Amino acid sequence: MKPGRALAGAYAGLAYGFLYLPIVVLVIYSFNRDGVGGFPPRHWTLDWYRTLFADSAMWTAVGNSAIVAFSTVVLSMLIGFPAAYALDRYSFPGKGAFQRLVLLPLIVPGVITGISLLLLTVSSGFHLSLVTVILGHSTALTAVATTEIFAGLAKLDRSLEEASADLGASRLQTLVRIILPGLRTSLLGTALLIFTLSMDEIAVTFFLIGRENTLPLEIWSRLRRGATPEMNAIATLIFLFSVVTIFLSQWLMTRGQTGTSFVQEGITN
Amino acid sequence: MGRSRLSAWLVTVPPFAWIALFLFVPYCLLFCYSFWSLDANQQVLHHWTFTNYLHLATTPLYLTVILRSMRIAFSVVLLSLAIGYPLACFLVFQAGKYRRMLYQAVIIPLWISYLVRAYAWKVIFGNEGVMNTLLQWCHATSHPLGFLLYSPFAVIVTLTHIYVPFVVLPVVASLEKIPPELLESSSDLGANAWQTFVRVILPLSLPGVLSGATFAFLLSFGDFLAPLLLGGPSSVMIANIVANLFGADYNWPLGAAVAVLILAMVLAILTLTQKLERRWRAA
Repeated sequence: MKPGRALAGAYAGLAYGFLYLPIVVLVIYSFNRDGVGGFPPRHWTLDWYRTLFADSAMWTAVGNSAIVAFSTVVLSMLIGFPAAYALDRYSFPGKGAFQRLVLLPLIVPGVITGISLLLLTVSSGFHLSLVTVILGHSTALTAVATTEIFAGLAKLDRSLEEASADLGASRLQTLVRIILPGLRTSLLGTALLIFTLSMDEIAVTFFLIGRENTLPLEIWSRLRRGATPEMNAIATLIFLFSVVTIFLSQWLMTRGQTGTSFVQEGITN
Repeated sequence: MGRSRLSAWLVTVPPFAWIALFLFVPYCLLFCYSFWSLDANQQVLHHWTFTNYLHLATTPLYLTVILRSMRIAFSVVLLSLAIGYPLACFLVFQAGKYRRMLYQAVIIPLWISYLVRAYAWKVIFGNEGVMNTLLQWCHATSHPLGFLLYSPFAVIVTLTHIYVPFVVLPVVASLEKIPPELLESSSDLGANAWQTFVRVILPLSLPGVLSGATFAFLLSFGDFLAPLLLGGPSSVMIANIVANLFGADYNWPLGAAVAVLILAMVLAILTLTQKLERRWRAA
């Protein structure tokens, strides 16, 4: 039993090594004066960060991405909340088909969502812009919002709602006074997750982007021309941003529930 | 009762309308486009025709690329399971008091940008990259190993890195559902650790394995970013063909036909695994 245990631990250690190796490499090499790769790194520098901070096109893209992500959070929560609520509390004709359709973008490759929305945009005579990107993100990420909020609703204590109804509250009053406060942490966690996913989205964005680039697309177009140390620096900053978001959301989520994630909910539903 | 009807309408109609407009209609459009064609001036002709599908069926290239995509996706699933399944077992049965922390450590990479992670592998595998210079530094090789980057290998490693957490989470969820008494009674009845694993743990974890594997398979099958960034001509995948037909090669109707094909395959695999899962749940 003992050697088996040690072996399992060692294997798990290797697995974590695999998961974290690329990130560690990226962070280290963002401070490497000799550029993108090369081993061992010898000279340390902050030059790549200086280049990055002086790069106005990159920061414009960051701004665009923030606008897109913020709008996506608002829209997908506005659609995802009623969708989750309907799936959890009501039975209606076509419910099964509705559920499958809502969750489809979770499992369908982004390229399909991207081009089908491109066809809609072009067929209805609109131009590609950040607005179409926002529509694309919202459509794709409504699936995430719905599953996350659905999971949150399932964990709510129903007796509070019954008590509220018994005491004469209308459905709207119960929603505003009981359900929304009860879901607060879950809603905040979902919003953060959607924000992060939208900031990172490429596959759908790829087909819906107009003249203004989002951050991932800006990085993408530069990577196609070749990796530069500046890319290591921006990647490290994005990583730091993700870490802050994770801890924020974990902190929010652990106050209410044990860790489940959108992935798990999405595929088990 | 009338009130309740009204609120039911209020919560179902807006999401329904959104999904109809931005999901259902676009999929229908995709379907229609796949039966249209281009005229001599590269304009879309709105005449119904099977030309695109005939072209797909008669050009061997598409079959080659589809098979390659499946092979890559399948390798990703196998590798993700090889890394993820033991990790999930470790988390559930052996991590002890660090379990929560270690579980979070699997989730964290999920939040980190796809692009950042794919790019990191490019930094590692490149000719002047970390791996090659490291190997040369310790004299394991005298010249850079070219096959690391711009090959299916790089694409598989990158996608595996992305989908390991997707496999670990559902497997952990299904392992957690195994009642500890079951494991105890198995050992009380004289089974050794291996027998307990094969007869009890493994069969009960299959639904988790299945949902993780399905997710990893479908999403890597339809990926076009990793092949573009890290793969060479030898690792072009089916979604790359769609992206090219909607981009430089400009043939939207043909691209739509390929996309419909991908969508059909995705839905078929999804239906199949759901059937399997239901059977296992019932058993």
